[in-house]
Amino acid sequence: MTRKILIADDEQNIVISVEFLMKREGYAVSVAADGEEALTKIRAEKPDLVLLDVMMPKKNGFEICQEVRADAALAGVRILMLTARGRDTEVAKGLAIGADAYMTKPFSTRELVEKVRELLG
Amino acid sequence: MRLGPGRKLVLAAALCALAIAGLIWVTVAVLHLTADASGRDTAAVLVLIWLLASGGAFAALRPLADLILRAPMQLAEETRIAVGDSGRRVRPVGGPELSAVAEAINELAARRQALEEDVAAEIARAQARLEADRNRLAALMAELQQSVVVCNLDGRILLYNQRAREVLSAGAGSEPVGLGRSLYAVFERGLIAHALDQVGRRLRAGETAACELVTATRAGRLLRVHLAPVAGEAADDGAAMGGFVLLLDDITAAFETEGRRDALIQSLTEGGRGPLGNIRAAAEMLSAYPDMGAEERGRFLAVIRSEVEGLSARVAESAREYARELTARWPLEEMRGADLIAAAAPRIAERCGLPAKTEEVDESVWMKVDSFSFLQVLCYLSRRLRDEYGVNEVRLALSAEGDHACLDLAWLGTAMSTETVMSWELDPMRSAGEETPLSVREVMERCNGEMWFQRKRASHRAYFRFLLPLAQARRPQAAAPGGARGSRPEFYDFDLFSWSEKSHVLDDRPLADLTYTVFDTETTGLEPSNGDEIIQIGATRIVNRRLLTHEVFDQLVDPRRPLPRASVEIHGITPDMLVGQPAIGAVLPAFRAFCADTVLVAHNAAFDMRFLQLKEAATGIRFDLPVLDTLLLSAVLHPNQESHRLEVIAERFGVSVIGRHTALGDAYATGEVFLKMLPLLADMGIRTFGEARRAAEKTYYARLAY
Repeated sequence: MTRKILIADDEQNIVISVEFLMKREGYAVSVAADGEEALTKIRAEKPDLVLLDVMMPKKNGFEICQEVRADAALAGVRILMLTARGRDTEVAKGLAIGADAYMTKPFSTRELVEKVRELLG
Repeated sequence: MRLGPGRKLVLAAALCALAIAGLIWVTVAVLHLTADASGRDTAAVLVLIWLLASGGAFAALRPLADLILRAPMQLAEETRIAVGDSGRRVRPVGGPELSAVAEAINELAARRQALEEDVAAEIARAQARLEADRNRLAALMAELQQSVVVCNLDGRILLYNQRAREVLSAGAGSEPVGLGRSLYAVFERGLIAHALDQVGRRLRAGETAACELVTATRAGRLLRVHLAPVAGEAADDGAAMGGFVLLLDDITAAFETEGRRDALIQSLTEGGRGPLGNIRAAAEMLSAYPDMGAEERGRFLAVIRSEVEGLSARVAESAREYARELTARWPLEEMRGADLIAAAAPRIAERCGLPAKTEEVDESVWMKVDSFSFLQVLCYLSRRLRDEYGVNEVRLALSAEGDHACLDLAWLGTAMSTETVMSWELDPMRSAGEETPLSVREVMERCNGEMWFQRKRASHRAYFRFLLPLAQARRPQAAAPGGARGSRPEFYDFDLFSWSEKSHVLDDRPLADLTYTVFDTETTGLEPSNGDEIIQIGATRIVNRRLLTHEVFDQLVDPRRPLPRASVEIHGITPDMLVGQPAIGAVLPAFRAFCADTVLVAHNAAFDMRFLQLKEAATGIRFDLPVLDTLLLSAVLHPNQESHRLEVIAERFGVSVIGRHTALGDAYATGEVFLKMLPLLADMGIRTFGEARRAAEKTYYARLAY
């Protein structure tokens, strides 16, 4: 069965690459361009993994992460947070509120693929 | 022949002896006769003879009494006068013995006079030294870049400098910093108390006592405060504090600069992550999947292109920002370009013997420049032009171009090679007599500017062009209020050290010890109860019998009603001057704060007070301060004078009135008159506030009502 991945990021320039990459890796990919859309799609599609950007319009990644973790129906959704901010306090916060992994931009796409595999493995 | 007192004495004594001998002889003769003839009237004759003899003796002894008794008394009186006035001498009276005493007294008086003169000279010298010290202190304080405030233990300010006033002032015509004022109008009492506790503890422990704190003033400035104790009179533990010094640094700007620099770094590092991430991902896709279609490849390339463009712009912006920050680190002055040129021209003429003319100068140009080094650059280049190219005149011009000021040092004729310009730029300027190892290049870098050589073939002109960063044009600084009245501001008064909060009841306090706010108002008319309003309030302060002409309140007020033509003729305030001025409701709180803890003094105070009191209900500001009236005090001093108008009594006291019928001008005059009144009142036995108040109440004028 094909694993489903949701890319939640408002930055088109990263979405292009990550979407291409994940498709090439054989995943079913959908995209959300802001926080609210992301949450709606998580609820509707129940993806196996969300690649979640922190800084997004309408709802930020931390809020989405907390809402997903508060919803028992979404217990199976894994979350990999992607952020352009490298402060370790933020990493700690993301992991504390329930993200499964955290990657800081600029990241290596190879590492991203490995991390995704690991999370879905 | 005149007889001296000594001879008179001998003669009188001889006469007395002769008279007594005669008397005895006559008595014996009479007794002898009565024994012979048993006469009847013997007793009567004897009485007569004795009476005559007594009279004779009295007459003879009178000069003697004069000599022995009167002359010493005279001498005593004169001596007493001489005791009171060391310039006086006694006149010799009486005999030579007394004359000798008088001489001795005069010698004593002369010695004393000499001694007194020595002491007076010594005091005068000491006072001159003290005055010189004070002047030096005042000059030092004025020049100090740091803000200094000295307070006694009650937090009363007894010294401050101009910088401190700038840093601490809250604007709006109010004057939070002033001699004798409470520091706690500016700082929280608890904060200072805490710092003083710390300092006291350290003092007792024998440690370095100063302490540092950072605080925000009520006006919103961020200050670093260095608080150090001022030694008081030595106590038993040897560590008494008499007051404290505050050194203030306004770190608001530094804080902002640091904040900006942080933001800059932040935007470079953190802000770069996103775009870099996008580029990296796209690039890795391109290299990892060479099999992708042309359309996909195009999309990835587009991502890289746009992100790289974005990053380049960001880096360029950061570099500009950083350059601005760098400039801020050098001690660059903001200076009017025209002023710099005005300084440069005579300097070039004098140092290089080269006439320097000024061409077109844009007066509006302000620039940031290290003016000292830059003037050296201009002189250095001029000198080399003269020495090496025989240039006999240079011209200076100034214009603005974009973000920069263009200053041209131009001459006629000779062009020069790029190599020459380069070497002039890089040589230490010492080579042409300027005392600095810096090169032109270094100075220009320091000023964040550029310079190059250029030439206009058509006009045969060559010039060095200097590009210097523009500064925001600064508004001309308002002259210090009251600055015209005496050049040295009264910024300190160490006598305030001995002040104490534990003041006596006001009535018992000497007039000379009180702090006064002398004020005056200009109004639309004379009937406050009939709608007339205040249009100007001017006030100054008296502390320790000194008129503090630099601590003033000077505020126009929009009366919110038309200004009668007749009143304009008196005060000269026209309606257009009142446009945009605050209304009385906004002015009175600031004025009340200015008056805090003082006695109000005004000429015909009842009039001004009536205006203030009529506003109490509307503003909630109560002027419940004690009041003295110079009009009433004038009536106390000179009850027989016809007029007690301010200009009349000012003339009577020899006070010149500058700016009569401006509120501040009249307040100054009132204050000076009041100070002249104090000693005269004291002569009348009126020394305390209570005595002055009671005396004033008794005068006729006190019964007038408004």
